[in-house]
Amino acid sequence: MLRYTLKRLGAGLLTVYFIATATFLAMHFVPGDPIAGNKAMRPEIRQNLERMYGLDKPVSVQYVVFLGNMLKGDFGISFTQPNRLVNDIIKDHFPVSALLGVLALAVASVGGVLFGSLTAVVRGKLADRTVMFFVILAVSVPSFVFAALAQQLAIRANASAGTTLLPVAGWGSLRHMLMPTLVLGLGTMAFLTRLMRSSMLEIVNQDYIRTAKAKGLPTHRVFFSHQLRNAILPVITVLGPSIAAITTGGFVVETVFSIPGLGRYFVQAVQQLDYTVIMGLTVFYGAFLVFMVILVDIIYGFIDPRISLTKAAS
Amino acid sequence: MTPRRLLALLALCFAGFAPLSAGAEPRTIKLLLSSEPPQMNSARATDQISIMLLGHLMEGLTRYGQNGELIPGIAESWKMDDQRATFQLRRGAVWADGKPVRAQDFVFAWRTAVDPKTASEYAFILYPLQNAEAINAGKLPTSALGVSARDDLTLDIAFEKPCGYFLGLTAFPTYLPLREDFYTQKTGRYGADASDLLTNGPFKLTSWVHGASLILEKNPLYWDAERLHVDRIEIPYITSDPNTAYNLFLDKKVDTLGISKENLDRAQADRLKMKAFADGSVWYMDFNHREGRVTKNYHLRKALQLVFDAKEYVSRVVGIPGTKVGVSLIPSWVPGVSGRFRVEFPLTPTKPDIEEAKRQLELARQELGGTIPPLVWLTDDGPAAGRQAEYFQYLFRTRLGVDLRIDRQIFKQRLAKMTAGEFDIVSAGWGPDFADPMTYAELFTTWNDNNRGKYNSAEYDALIRKAQSTADPQTRMSAMAAAEKVLLDDVGIVPMNERVLIYAHQPRVSGIVRHVVGPDPDYTWITLSD
Amino acid sequence: MNVLTRSDFEPVPREGLERGPSRPSLSYWQDAWIRLRKNKQALVSLGIVIALVLFTLLGPFLWREDPSAPSLSRISRGPSLVSDVPVLPELAPFQEEILPDVPPLPSADGASLGAPSKLEWLEPPTVQAVRMRWDAVPGAAGYLIYRSQDPPTGGYFGLPVGTIEAGNIVSFEDSFNLEDRKYYYSVVARNVSDSRQSITREVELSPGISLGDAQAIRPDAKPGEMVHFAVRPFGTDALGRDLLARLMAGGRVSLFIGFFAPLVALSIGVLIGGIAGFAGGKVDQWLMRITDFVLALPFLLFMILFKVMLGGGPGQSGISAMLIALIALSWTGVARLTRGQVLALRESEFVQASRLLGARPLYILLRHLLPNTLGVILVSFTFAIPGAIFTEAFLSFIGMGVEPPAASWGSMCNDGINTFLIHPHELIFPAVFISVAVLAFNLLGDGLRDALDPKMRSVE
Repeated sequence: MLRYTLKRLGAGLLTVYFIATATFLAMHFVPGDPIAGNKAMRPEIRQNLERMYGLDKPVSVQYVVFLGNMLKGDFGISFTQPNRLVNDIIKDHFPVSALLGVLALAVASVGGVLFGSLTAVVRGKLADRTVMFFVILAVSVPSFVFAALAQQLAIRANASAGTTLLPVAGWGSLRHMLMPTLVLGLGTMAFLTRLMRSSMLEIVNQDYIRTAKAKGLPTHRVFFSHQLRNAILPVITVLGPSIAAITTGGFVVETVFSIPGLGRYFVQAVQQLDYTVIMGLTVFYGAFLVFMVILVDIIYGFIDPRISLTKAAS
Repeated sequence: MTPRRLLALLALCFAGFAPLSAGAEPRTIKLLLSSEPPQMNSARATDQISIMLLGHLMEGLTRYGQNGELIPGIAESWKMDDQRATFQLRRGAVWADGKPVRAQDFVFAWRTAVDPKTASEYAFILYPLQNAEAINAGKLPTSALGVSARDDLTLDIAFEKPCGYFLGLTAFPTYLPLREDFYTQKTGRYGADASDLLTNGPFKLTSWVHGASLILEKNPLYWDAERLHVDRIEIPYITSDPNTAYNLFLDKKVDTLGISKENLDRAQADRLKMKAFADGSVWYMDFNHREGRVTKNYHLRKALQLVFDAKEYVSRVVGIPGTKVGVSLIPSWVPGVSGRFRVEFPLTPTKPDIEEAKRQLELARQELGGTIPPLVWLTDDGPAAGRQAEYFQYLFRTRLGVDLRIDRQIFKQRLAKMTAGEFDIVSAGWGPDFADPMTYAELFTTWNDNNRGKYNSAEYDALIRKAQSTADPQTRMSAMAAAEKVLLDDVGIVPMNERVLIYAHQPRVSGIVRHVVGPDPDYTWITLSD
Repeated sequence: MNVLTRSDFEPVPREGLERGPSRPSLSYWQDAWIRLRKNKQALVSLGIVIALVLFTLLGPFLWREDPSAPSLSRISRGPSLVSDVPVLPELAPFQEEILPDVPPLPSADGASLGAPSKLEWLEPPTVQAVRMRWDAVPGAAGYLIYRSQDPPTGGYFGLPVGTIEAGNIVSFEDSFNLEDRKYYYSVVARNVSDSRQSITREVELSPGISLGDAQAIRPDAKPGEMVHFAVRPFGTDALGRDLLARLMAGGRVSLFIGFFAPLVALSIGVLIGGIAGFAGGKVDQWLMRITDFVLALPFLLFMILFKVMLGGGPGQSGISAMLIALIALSWTGVARLTRGQVLALRESEFVQASRLLGARPLYILLRHLLPNTLGVILVSFTFAIPGAIFTEAFLSFIGMGVEPPAASWGSMCNDGINTFLIHPHELIFPAVFISVAVLAFNLLGDGLRDALDPKMRSVE
């Protein structure tokens, strides 16, 4: 297992390198001037800015410089916020996104597993169809709408209570986290519900479940030790990349609820062609993602005894 | 995640968010920003938000008063003529650390702003000063700038050319003073955080949590501190979503609100007290006049202009009440010689005339070899831009049979296309930098890089040069009016509208001042009634 | 209890025993088809999918409204029936009334100002324009004109429709988005201290349409005639375009992208994931690292890149470019899921049995392993559909995909979001269509899975 982990980490580093390279090339290929602003600039000023950011050198040289800096962990200064280091941006805003993301995913997982199992067990009945209806709704309506509706709810609640029960926006206390977490986790919860249900349905009719029940095992034992453990594999598969995506991709939720997270910075950076922030965030996100995938793969082995990661097909 | 890690994460999150106690004694106003200020270095700031904040944190030679008039700031009095000016600074104006504001601080700041190494995008606003342009181009050292400190309280300025609107420029953020010892000690990080800023204005920046919040507190050392009736400006939210802003306003968490077009009906339903503010910007169709482009043909442009009904457009497509029909390049608010420029130099707006438009189109068709190819309309990615573009697409198609292709691009890609000339028509706007027709008029000279359509007219250039070579108001204004007429007769652009913003505020706040030029909004005159 | 006799233990003769199989031997596909046909839910959803396709393909022939024609006199209206409106005569140009003997900008103290004493209409107000004049307030430096839809009380006056900046101009024309309803106009002096010093007058506007707008509907319309506002079963959007026609036109793009992009992406993903899971070892590592690589790329940046590389200029259909871009960046999720499932099933007995019988790996993968991963695949598919629809809408913001004025259900949702608290129909209808499509595909997928899942084969 240790050898496997080390090999995976090595491969992971290589993957991050390729991610960085591909993004670097894409960034320079995309038309648009990272320094241009709404007001036209004198050529001399342009040259000075280019020199300041190292953009006056040919792309290949910039690439080498970037690689060198990346190895040192230095991602430079943001173009659009010329007084902030990219590392500081990550340091300041990633914890917020991470917390929001982890909470959202926790809610989504618990909800997904719960509802998925429930609907698998009562398949075809009213409860199943009701949950299905909400799942479809959650996925067919843009998340913007849920965020706005949640805010409306908060306003009315606050107005009738005369005090702030639920903050409409902002970040900083547990009450602030409630609505954004729910809105962010909604889509993933819907997906996990269906996934879990489908997975459970395959298991529910299996012989060993029948055996377990015939042996007289109590229902909850059957559920947790046998059904859940076998059905949860796809959910785990999805969770790994999900955590990375939710953490850096909560753009809509962060904008609507005014949360100082990383998602907003990422989108703005691409729109403004802020080279340093794009590269820094991409490498960071890539590393995070790769790490989560490795973690998930290792967990596979522990959860499902059928899986053997180290053995190749004979 | 281990419990310890989780706690550490939580602590990190709460670290910057000191809970703000409700109902505290300091008179507080709460605001919302649509985006994080990129930086607070006055020599380099270019965006509206930084400028608004700097207007509260700093003070220059002059500032804007309650009715938009220039009033003395750090400067108590001044003398000005065509070649030079002298500003007398007041005693008692101090920096936040107690040291006095001196003339040398202005000299240092202005030299820094024109220094090519600072790479300030607004360096051009200092060009009226002697040698400024040459210094900015790297041809002279910064010490050659036409400004010097005769003594601690006297500032001497030498002009490159007579400048009729220079006094208004002294209120511009790039002209704000910077103290040399503090600035250089910060080695490039000046303005990065609250502790990296030294201010001399009505407020101090006491807290800046990036992406999240800012707090400004009244500066008791400010020379005019008695006129301030507000102690704290809190900015607890930074979001670009107008719906969130609206909801926060309804929830009484912020005291002011900019109402977007989509929320107007809601605002009426919720009975918000709305006010209209004409922000002085003018919006127009900018044609591509480069060689080989179809829009270089005068008759084609004339046809497009004649088919456009600005009144219908403003009322139905723009959808913001009070929006003025765009009559010309120079909007209606701009001051002229003694009154309004538009009143002193009236124009007859072009009336839509479909028959004439068709005739012009036919002329264009003949000159262009038989057919009019589809025109490319370049615009940005916002919802209003899409609506506007689709309106014109339908208009040109049904009234003229001209095909319009819509090219929606995000910010940087749109800029790139504008600079490269990859468009036929671009939907453009311009906001004023100072209160004089020149801020608009010089846009279409051949030497201005902001002239993205590359309109070129020797007559226009000559008239603008004439206006720039004298400080006599009558000569300048007449020259600019004549240039304006040249541009409009030539259909260099088709003006569409002058923008109006609708805003509201909580009843407890009164005295919010809006400025067309300068930091906007201005909260230094507000009173709170609770 | 039966009594057993000796004859019961006699061996049975062979003939007469063979009754033949109880039912014909069914292949996998035949069995699946039978099960699908029996599944009522799946059949209904298949019907819905077909109905949607017909709606978008044949609909425009039955409902002949132009989806891209703005109708600026009917912006953001809800579902409405037919109505006839009279055409109004053309307006004479508005003459501003400027009082000669009043200074434009007096310097009077705001506290001394009162309300204008008279507010009257210059001519009968219509939906084309409301023209009014009032008596000057001595010392006023201009006037503010407001318009509200309910009686103004408590200092609320409504929309600020006009700002007069000189004290000697005492008339105003309001033509901002007038509808046939009651309005309350209020005039206040601009520099007044007490904002309650206002004069208000109400007016009720009757339905009407300007000559220009009427001629857009019927070119030979003349003032005094009636013009026909066609029925709008789903209302209109922010430019007054018919929502039903736009839904029909938009459905084509949405259904096409929403079905084919996930289909192709999933096929690729399933193959890659299946091969990776089955082969294991180095193949697995390589394929999965490629998957990680694609997953981690910044989406927006690469979309812009794809647009630059693949898309044409404005005006050329960006559909194929967007299809390629969507597929290229969305196959990863299902690849990982499939790999996980295949990994778990790789060592199962039936796979070992098949191998022992000499089956080739590809056969085992396609015939045995993949059908058992159908559950996961189908769930991914049904969730990929709205994902593709909304991503397409998002991409139209950067100029990819449908070219304006064409719409898609996703972009209609995007447009409708802005006003959905006041004009919910602009968002609700496209969202309902998306929901129905997703639901139909979902149920169909469920039915297919039930039909194709070998574990659920009939056991009679």
